[in-house]
Amino acid sequence: MKLYKSMSKIGLAASLVAGLSSSAFAAETIKVGVLHSLSGTMAISETTLKDTILMLVEDQNAKGGVLGKQLEAVVVDPASNWPLFAEKARGLIEKDKVDVIFGSWTSVSRKSVLPVIEELDSVFFYPVQYEGEESSKNVFYTGAAPNQQAIPAVDYLMNDIGVERWVLAGTDYVYPRTTNKILKAYLKSKGVADSDIMINYTPFGHSDWQTIVSDIKTFGSEGKSTAVVSTINGDANIPFYKELGNQGVSASDIPVIAFSVGEEELSGLDTGPLVGHLAAWNYFMSVDAEENDEFINKWTSFIGDEDRVTNDPMEAHYIGFNMWVKAAEKAGTTDSAAIQDAIIGVTTPNLSGGVSAMMPNHHITKPVLIGEIQSDGQFDIVWSTSGLVAGDAWSDFLPGSKDLISDWRYPLNCGNYNVKTAKCSGQNY
Amino acid sequence: MLIIISGLHFPLQASANLETFEDTLNQLSAKKLPIKLKIIEQIIKSKNPRTEFILSSILDGRVFYIKGKNSVLFANKENNKYITKSLLNDEPLGIFTKRQLKKVSINNKIRKKIKQALAVLYLRHTDESVRLKAVKDTYNSINKSIIDEIELLIKTEKSEDIIDAMHIAINIYLLEDSSSINRIKAIENLEGSLDTKVKILLTKLKDTDIDKNVRIAAEQALLSIKSRTEIFNKLEVVFFGVSFGSVLILAAIGLAITFGVMGVINMAHGELIMLGAYTTYVVQLVMPSYIELSVLVAIPMAFIVSGSVGILIQRGVIRHLHGRPLETLLATFGVSLVLQQAVRTVFTPLNRAVQTPDWMSGALEINGILSLTWNRLYIIMFCLIVFAALVLVLKKTSLGLQVRAVSQDRNMARAMGVRSNWVDAMTFGLGSGVAGIAGVALSQLTNVGPNLGQSYIIDSFMVVVFGGVGNIWGTLISGFSLGIINKFLEPWAGAVLAKVLILVFIILFIQKRPRGLFPQKGRSAGG
Repeated sequence: MKLYKSMSKIGLAASLVAGLSSSAFAAETIKVGVLHSLSGTMAISETTLKDTILMLVEDQNAKGGVLGKQLEAVVVDPASNWPLFAEKARGLIEKDKVDVIFGSWTSVSRKSVLPVIEELDSVFFYPVQYEGEESSKNVFYTGAAPNQQAIPAVDYLMNDIGVERWVLAGTDYVYPRTTNKILKAYLKSKGVADSDIMINYTPFGHSDWQTIVSDIKTFGSEGKSTAVVSTINGDANIPFYKELGNQGVSASDIPVIAFSVGEEELSGLDTGPLVGHLAAWNYFMSVDAEENDEFINKWTSFIGDEDRVTNDPMEAHYIGFNMWVKAAEKAGTTDSAAIQDAIIGVTTPNLSGGVSAMMPNHHITKPVLIGEIQSDGQFDIVWSTSGLVAGDAWSDFLPGSKDLISDWRYPLNCGNYNVKTAKCSGQNY
Repeated sequence: MLIIISGLHFPLQASANLETFEDTLNQLSAKKLPIKLKIIEQIIKSKNPRTEFILSSILDGRVFYIKGKNSVLFANKENNKYITKSLLNDEPLGIFTKRQLKKVSINNKIRKKIKQALAVLYLRHTDESVRLKAVKDTYNSINKSIIDEIELLIKTEKSEDIIDAMHIAINIYLLEDSSSINRIKAIENLEGSLDTKVKILLTKLKDTDIDKNVRIAAEQALLSIKSRTEIFNKLEVVFFGVSFGSVLILAAIGLAITFGVMGVINMAHGELIMLGAYTTYVVQLVMPSYIELSVLVAIPMAFIVSGSVGILIQRGVIRHLHGRPLETLLATFGVSLVLQQAVRTVFTPLNRAVQTPDWMSGALEINGILSLTWNRLYIIMFCLIVFAALVLVLKKTSLGLQVRAVSQDRNMARAMGVRSNWVDAMTFGLGSGVAGIAGVALSQLTNVGPNLGQSYIIDSFMVVVFGGVGNIWGTLISGFSLGIINKFLEPWAGAVLAKVLILVFIILFIQKRPRGLFPQKGRSAGG
């Protein structure tokens, strides 16, 4: 009995101390929410991004934090479950009182978070290339819009390689479908005939590519130079490339340019048969720039693995995080309305040796790079745009979005302003 | 006197050449790709005896330069160290680390150039298959000098296949002849060929040739080629179907035992497949220098690993839920999540790279249209072997006899002295072990990651239910037929719709025949 009493006393004291210290601690920190899946299907890609933010937070704290306060990362796991993203985001903002959230990978998870972020008027950074057709007051898109990845890639194939026939292959969901719609309209505007475009969709995680590869082979043997533009989602790419290799389709016959295959995806693969196939991104680990070397060194020592790779969405987080820090310092507060105002026009160095800026449409400027897969799982950059490309929220090649622009500065303050009817259509995204 | 002078002169010139050649090589450390392309062209023209070695090394990514200096050398990676030697004379140049060297990188344009140059060099290779490939590679870049070389070599060539390929090359060259009679003749000669390149050239000719007669001849040749390719295309689809079917059977056959024979709905079946795939990965980690054998070693290992995990699941969970199918379903679903997350913790959520042994990569080329990929061929054979072995176990061993006895009438079997608990555990272990073996095969086809199992569990249940629960012959027939139906639907319905159609078909079929293709007969069939 005595023992029990003294035990409970100690327990009480301990909990008091803990409570005190945590509340004292909380007053001095700025909370940064991390909303990336750590389990389920998307864990493969998103875990890395969580670690990236943790590294950036640690680094910023070593530099003295933001506005004299230390940063504290709050990590939650939405478990690749789309509705759970909205729930966890609400928890982060209402319960944990975070000032900013970095998160999401798939478009559907972003769409699920969007109403919550807008309702609670927070700030959200989205780091992955996506299909565009969206511009929210509260979301900052640091990944590529279609005009920062898909269109320049097609230009490269058309002008530098002389491709005349196109296979648009994708996984069956919103990003490939919208991107392919934009690409088809773009190709037709360049005079490509309907019969020279083949569009093909496959389910998530498709693993039996025999028929499709054989179709591509037939399509490519009609006398015109052919290329595959692939919006196939991460995982399904590996059996796809394996089948290409086995059926003897080499990059010099029919090159495949991918928008979702990066260093990380290739690290699970024997890249021998893929050598020469292409990918379009805004960043490659092999970029020759001082910032990049520094970033890679930090990353490998943070993660404790010499062989860990870096990739494009990591760079997007790097840019987004630094922009947020700069905006907070400019505004003198991390209050979300102030950040939303201050961040437009903020510039920070990107990892390819240039300087990226936040545009009024909440997208950023980036270079577009084309890389060829090498036998060591890295990309060699074979082409890049001469300058930076500003992200376009509303594609110029889709009938519904041609006339829309987005400008979140006063006086327009609208994410989808129609220049013909001079009206902001009223919806928020 | 003159002879002596010229004799003296030659070695001097040769050494001068050698020096400049080394300088040329060192310029490969340039960053700009157009410069590299020029250097490669110079190397090809140089006719240096080392050209073949240098070009193939660049193609393999084995040529590096030392950072900060521009001396180019050959490097071979061994245990994270780079052992280097001279490109010119194999003289060892020391050991370097990754950070000291930079690879001479190339792009597709340069790669193409090198491949064409190597094709010409390999025309005289001693290995027959290399020679054949070289002749076929020249189709893309045929010119007068290559044709001269081929016409010279065709006289001494022994292999029929190579002679045929050489004739095609000569006729391809003739397609661009200035006389339209020669062009028509070449078209007629090429009619029998099913090579893709020939088809491409004829299509071009059909559309663009200035002479109308040539255009007509090309069109006719294309028509006759097309009629012959159709039959091969059909054969190809059947092959795709059979190979897809064998994958389905491999994934489902373990389930046919646990679900079909024992009546246990095991949602963790997919994860047992996944464990088998990870076993292959671990085996390759343990024996990195025997990749060729690793898959064979992995088969028994995967059987043991998945089998013992299966027995653990049976003893720990399923045994206690006997006769309660809904609870078994939920509990095993929980087990599947635990296994997935365990793999994520141990191996990270990233996919693991399982290497394909050389004997399983590439394709068996029947002709220009029909080529069967080796990995699929091996998996079809493997599937049939596993199936045969399983039938033998069930029909000819005492374990098989007891399994059948317990599945037909548990109480009677127990009355006859069969330890039904032990038989349950062994049956479940056998089914799980076979799932592990399927994992080894799948590791060669798809991603080895924590989600591997999920993507096969639905398909597996589909195959077992369609084939008839409790009948492993039904599983075999149903796997092959679903595979072939799927592959015939796919070209016109697309991969997504084909899957949907198959599901609808099975639902309708089950309405008509609830017990599947081959319903089980006997006392237990009613209950």
